[in-house]
Amino acid sequence: MIVLTRRAALLLLGALLAAAPTHAETPFITVASTTSTEQSGLFGHLLPAFTKSTGIEVRVVAVGTGQALKIGERGDCDVVFVHDKPSELKFVADGFGVGRREVMYNDFVLIGPSSDPAKVDGGHDIVAALRKIAAAQAPFVSRGDDSGTDKAEKRLWQEAGIDVKLASGTWYRDTGSGMGPTLNTTAAMDGYTLSDRGTWLSFQNRQSLKIVVEGDKRLFNQYGVMLVNPTRHPTVKQELGRRFIDWLVSPDGQATIAGYKINGQQLFFPNASPSG
Amino acid sequence: MSDFGQASAVALALILGLDGDLFRIVRLSLGVSLSAVAVAGIISLPLGAALAVYGFRGRGPLIVILNALMGLPPVVVGLVVYLLLSRSGPLGVLGLLFTPGAMVVAQAILVTPIVTVLVWRAVSEPWAAYGDALLVDGASRLRAIPELLAMSGAGLLTALLAGFGRAIAEVGAIIIVGGNIAGVTRTMTTAIALETSKGNLPLALALGIILIALSITVSAIAFLLANRGIRP
Repeated sequence: MIVLTRRAALLLLGALLAAAPTHAETPFITVASTTSTEQSGLFGHLLPAFTKSTGIEVRVVAVGTGQALKIGERGDCDVVFVHDKPSELKFVADGFGVGRREVMYNDFVLIGPSSDPAKVDGGHDIVAALRKIAAAQAPFVSRGDDSGTDKAEKRLWQEAGIDVKLASGTWYRDTGSGMGPTLNTTAAMDGYTLSDRGTWLSFQNRQSLKIVVEGDKRLFNQYGVMLVNPTRHPTVKQELGRRFIDWLVSPDGQATIAGYKINGQQLFFPNASPSG
Repeated sequence: MSDFGQASAVALALILGLDGDLFRIVRLSLGVSLSAVAVAGIISLPLGAALAVYGFRGRGPLIVILNALMGLPPVVVGLVVYLLLSRSGPLGVLGLLFTPGAMVVAQAILVTPIVTVLVWRAVSEPWAAYGDALLVDGASRLRAIPELLAMSGAGLLTALLAGFGRAIAEVGAIIIVGGNIAGVTRTMTTAIALETSKGNLPLALALGIILIALSITVSAIAFLLANRGIRP
C-alpha cells in the first residue's frame, strides 16, 4: 500500500509539472467583451493581427454587455468592448471608464421559423413585426441576460407598446442565456428571436430558422471600446490597454475589421469616431 | 443517430490529427483538476481520518455540514470565489482572477467535502476493526492515523477519484472565475459550453466524448496502480 501512495504521488506530481503554465511572460491585457464579438469569430480574426503588430496578447472574457461592464466596474479587466451606447455612456459618466471610442457597427435581425405563424417575413419595420408576433402569441425567445442585444430588444418592445413582462412565461420566453444558446432554444421551439447579424451568420444549428425582418434603421448596433479608469483601479494596464484601443480605431484596425467575412458576407462595419 | 455518428467522426479526427488546441485544452483540464484534487487531498486525508479516530465536540454537526457541502452548487462557489478574487474583493491583490489558479481554488472548494467524507468512511472501517488493537499496542490516536490511511488504500483511491470526477466534469464554477479565455483558461467543459453556444453541436459532442474517454483513462490508470499495490 505504501507503494501505491508513493506511485500515486509521483504520478500526481508529474501531471502537475506537465500542466504548469509554460508560456513566457508575454505582455497581455484582459478585455471584457460580448458573446457577439467572440462567437461570431471576429476576435479570432482581429486579435492575432493586433498581437502580430504589437506583441501584446489579448485575453478575452466573453460575456453579455451588462456583465462585461460589471467586470470593468470591479477592475477585473483593462478594456471593455461592448455594444450598448446608453449603458456605456453611463459607465463613463459614473467614472468607471475613460476614453470611450466608437469602433464599428453591425445590425440586429429578427429571426423566425420558415412556417412564420405571425406572418412577418419580408418586412422592414421591426416594431410592426413585434406587434404582429404579440398579436399572434407566437413564441418569442428573449436573451433576458441584460446583454446589449437584450437591452436593444427590450427598447424595441417598449416602442411597440407591448409589456413583455406580462407575457413572460407564456408566448414570451426569457432564457437568461447568451445569443448562441438562445438561438438553439429558438430553433427547438420554432420561435422568433432578435439576434445580432454576426452571431446569426456564424451560427450552425439553424434548423428551420431564417431572417424574417432586417434593414430597419432601429436595428443599428453600435460597438464602443473604453479603458477601465486607471485612477479608480491602479492595476489597470493603461498603456497596453490604450494601445489596443488606438489600434482598433486606426486605419489598420479598421481595415482588419472590414476584412472579416463569413461566406463572402462582411459582418462588422468600421466607423471609428474621431478622437475625443 | 447521425448526430452521434458525426460527433464520433469529429472526435476521432481531432485525436488522430493530434490537434494542438485540443492537446492544450486537455492538459489544462487535467492540470487544474488534478491540482484541485491534490489540494483537497492534503486537507481531506488528515481531516477525514481525524473524524474517524477522534471523538471531539462538534464532530456530529461537522459531519452533517460536510455531507451537505458535497452538494455545493458549482455556480455559487464560482460566484463567491469570483467576489473574493476580484480586484475589488479582499484577495484581489493576488491577481488570480481569470487564471488557472483561480480555477484550482474553486474546484478544490467543491472537491474537499466529497473527499473528506469518503476518506472518513474509508478509515472508519479499519478503525472499527483494528482501532483497539492499535491503541493497545501503545500507539497514540495521532500515530494510528498513518497506519489506518495505509490500510484504507483502495477506499482512499475511490475518494480521490470521486473528487477528480467532480472536478473534471464541472463547468459552472470555472467558467465564472476562469473566464473561458482561449489558450489560458479554456478547459474541456468550458469549450463544450462555448461550442454548444455557437451551435457547433458535433464539435461540442466530440469534445464530450473525448472528456469521457479521458475520465475512463484516469480511472483505469488508478485501478492498475491500486492492483499493483495490492499484489506487488
